[in-house]
Amino acid sequence: MESKELILEVKKLNTTFVSDKKETRIVKDVSFAVKRGTTLAVVGESGCSKSVTMNSIMRFLGRNAKVEAESIRFTAKRADGTAEPHQLEGIKNPNGAEMRALRGPQMSMVFQDPMSSLNPVYKVGDQVAEGLIQHTGISKKQAREQVLELFPRLGIPDPESRIDCYPHQFSGGMKQRVVIAIAMICNPELIICDEPTTALDVTIQAQIMELLKKLQVENGKSIILITHNMGLVAEMADEVCVMYMGRVVEFGSLEDIFDHPSHPYTKALLRSVPVLGLADGQKLETIPGITPNPADLKPGCEFADRCAECTERCRGANIPAYEIAPGHRVRCVQFDHFPEVD
Amino acid sequence: MENQVTGIKERNKSASASLLKKNIRKFLNNRLAMVGLVVIIVMVAACVAGALMGVDYNTPDLSNMKAGPSGEHLFGTDTIGRDLFARVLYGGCYSILIGVLCAVLSNVIGAALGAVAGYFGGKVDKLLVRVSEIFQAFPQLVLVMMIVAIMNQRGLGNLLFIFVITGWMTTFRMVRNEYLSLKNETYVKVCEAFGMSNRRIMFGQILPNVMSPIIVSTTTNVAFFILQEAALSFIGLGVADSTPTWGNILNAAKSVAVVTNQWWIWVFPGLAITLFVLAINFFGDGLRDVLDAKQQ
Amino acid sequence: MKQQEKEILFQIRDLRTWFPITKGSFKKVVGHVKAVDGVSLDVYRGETLGVVGESGCGKSTLGKSIMMLEKPTGGQSLFRYGNDFKDVTKFSREEMFQFRCKVQMVFQDPYSALNPQKKIYTSFEEPLIVHGIKSQQEREELMSRALRMVNIQPDYLMRYPHEFSGGQRQRLCIARALEVMPEVLVCDEPVSALDVSIQAQVLNLMKDIQKELRLTYIFIAHDLSVVQYMSDRIAVMYLGKVVELADSRALYDDPMHPYTRALLSAIPVPDIHNPKKRQVLEGEVPSPIRKPTGCAFHNRCPHCTERCKTEDPPLRAKAGDETHLVACHLYDAAVSS
Repeated sequence: MESKELILEVKKLNTTFVSDKKETRIVKDVSFAVKRGTTLAVVGESGCSKSVTMNSIMRFLGRNAKVEAESIRFTAKRADGTAEPHQLEGIKNPNGAEMRALRGPQMSMVFQDPMSSLNPVYKVGDQVAEGLIQHTGISKKQAREQVLELFPRLGIPDPESRIDCYPHQFSGGMKQRVVIAIAMICNPELIICDEPTTALDVTIQAQIMELLKKLQVENGKSIILITHNMGLVAEMADEVCVMYMGRVVEFGSLEDIFDHPSHPYTKALLRSVPVLGLADGQKLETIPGITPNPADLKPGCEFADRCAECTERCRGANIPAYEIAPGHRVRCVQFDHFPEVD
Repeated sequence: MENQVTGIKERNKSASASLLKKNIRKFLNNRLAMVGLVVIIVMVAACVAGALMGVDYNTPDLSNMKAGPSGEHLFGTDTIGRDLFARVLYGGCYSILIGVLCAVLSNVIGAALGAVAGYFGGKVDKLLVRVSEIFQAFPQLVLVMMIVAIMNQRGLGNLLFIFVITGWMTTFRMVRNEYLSLKNETYVKVCEAFGMSNRRIMFGQILPNVMSPIIVSTTTNVAFFILQEAALSFIGLGVADSTPTWGNILNAAKSVAVVTNQWWIWVFPGLAITLFVLAINFFGDGLRDVLDAKQQ
Repeated sequence: MKQQEKEILFQIRDLRTWFPITKGSFKKVVGHVKAVDGVSLDVYRGETLGVVGESGCGKSTLGKSIMMLEKPTGGQSLFRYGNDFKDVTKFSREEMFQFRCKVQMVFQDPYSALNPQKKIYTSFEEPLIVHGIKSQQEREELMSRALRMVNIQPDYLMRYPHEFSGGQRQRLCIARALEVMPEVLVCDEPVSALDVSIQAQVLNLMKDIQKELRLTYIFIAHDLSVVQYMSDRIAVMYLGKVVELADSRALYDDPMHPYTRALLSAIPVPDIHNPKKRQVLEGEVPSPIRKPTGCAFHNRCPHCTERCKTEDPPLRAKAGDETHLVACHLYDAAVSS
């Protein structure tokens, strides 16, 4: 794979939180890559650090977080088609000029809760235009025109009057469209969507997902979709990254994950979610036990205590990832006859 | 199996005290709060011991009027020759008594009314909030003068009465707001679903969750009322002159001549007030840290 | 038919729960939020009746109205006592107190359903004390029996809620509801606050308990896949009304109401080889304060006719299937009234 094709490549990302002088490693050796113009779905339960991983890349974490990585390379595309690589791990100040220049025009984020993502005292149009004015320095009037142009594309009807509304005059789905507009206004290449529809109803979720898909197909955007919903993954993703307790346990293409799920956790996750049209009397599989507390994890595989296929070797200290098919990585000792990758 | 079924409570008695123990340990580790607690205990003990031993605070030593601190009179004597050390000890008893009594009473009233207003809401709430606003708008000083005028005397009772009826509003507001939000908690709905009475839910279920802010506000109110008493006594509207309180002792230092020439008359009672109020505030802060459930 | 063998436990007739909207200092009522607006349902003993709908459709209010935690504005809610039915909405204080032992509720948020200042033991004991079980031994027996149902050791009772995970807490909440030995359990989104890997544990547990105690569930949730997994029959609600009521299987195989169809098609399915044709609904759920005239769904319905805009369709059985009810003008020819 040429690196030009990869818009984001993360190698061995580690994030540590310090509280009460105690260090807790939350994100552990996470490596993944996003191909240009595709969707990567990051799946996992709450507490699996999928959001922390993305916030580490965007450097949105507070002072008590330490972000280290071998490499976080973001490759932007210049207007003339040449690649412009940025090494994010070397940037010292998380809120310095370098990082801020990237956020917005290059990569942006859509957050989970549309209700609290918008400032209630400003008009939505101004909130969308703000990023544009900040980054391009164009006048307020020009920015307004661009917002007016963007709104219909995102399915916000009647932009002329909607642009001067306040967030409380919008419904949840419309607010999320405005949040997407804020993320889209500077025309970034990479959009990170952190559970964009979890707070919304299913029919509205369907609308938003259609919109994201349309943006990707028509404008060639790359999307990282963080979700816990396997159904959404099946519909949206090209590649899937399954996370558990701060580790990537399985990474592969959509077909790899759904047709040949290999890590016991992925398998269990796929079978424990109720699916429409289950036969009568068919029982859901359960994953025993509870999600462990990240502060007191034992060495070895994090899933070992809940795993049906756990062996002595799973408790060993160092478990690498094995490449069981091109591009399909699994972090489980069952597959140790395959080549190791890092 | 069968004997395992019953006697759950008996078998687990030791575990039940663990939270309290944990809180105590947490408090012991809070240095500032411990300093506060020690100062409070020492001062209260000294004042009570002094009062019990019957130190003479009232007989003037006519040969030693306005004498500075010495071996005979530890803190010196006041303008008419009374021993200041005895007066500060005795006055401490009254001052602390006023502070504690007023704080407890006003907090009980405020908490009870706040619970009723917050839990029932609607018209009861509206009425109580209006009443509290009226009390809040009324200047305390005018109220004190009115009472003195009506009763035609100054005394401990007046002060208690006034402090309590003008002091319950902050607690009332705080408790009311807590109840307004806590009554929507699911566990309250669960109790309703079991058919528990309003009284049981209000005081049995919600109150324990509001207890820690109430306790903290009580301690800080003690400090507040001690200062209030000192201020009112200083301008001569507080407790009758015959009863020494820290404020009353300060009252002797009203003239510029005394302030400049006999510093001990105002420094020692002033120091006592400052020290005690500071200690109480440290103690309250420590309690807040320990009791705040959100930090657990 | 199967229906005749089943014993009706609850008869809900035209139940309405409206919340007044007031304005100004004189509290003039200017309108109503019609959260539940004329719901009629039968609940059979031993079944699970699923209630599904989007936020704001009134499903939670329906659950609270059945529990009488919200007093209904109108209609009847008849509960079986022996061979008789009594109207719950007209119960006296004492009758209501007894009714609380018959019908219990499990709430959405297990994190706030247990009083954080009290030991689980106290939270469990209090309902029993209130309901007059005097001896401590008897109370502890009831508590342990309920705990065994949810696979939690009785010794855990001496802990505080914060020592438990979300799934354990929800199991504790179920156990607490069960200790007064209710006949009906109203479950309001019991798993939506839980992690996906924990949901299955709780759902399966609830199924096992139902089998063991012959409990009746009214299972309210927004997630149709979960509701379908749990329920024998499903009621689909839209803006305070039941628009379709059918056996769980029939609803999935042959959804009739356009809203049910849209809801089914909106659910993403984790199957990459059979992507379904999605029908995306336009617009959003209207406010329950200003409901559209006629059929409440008409402004989002792809099959809307002039008649739908003025006339509200009643809930009627499908021709040839008494158990499948739908409220839609499209089926006027096909339904028997």
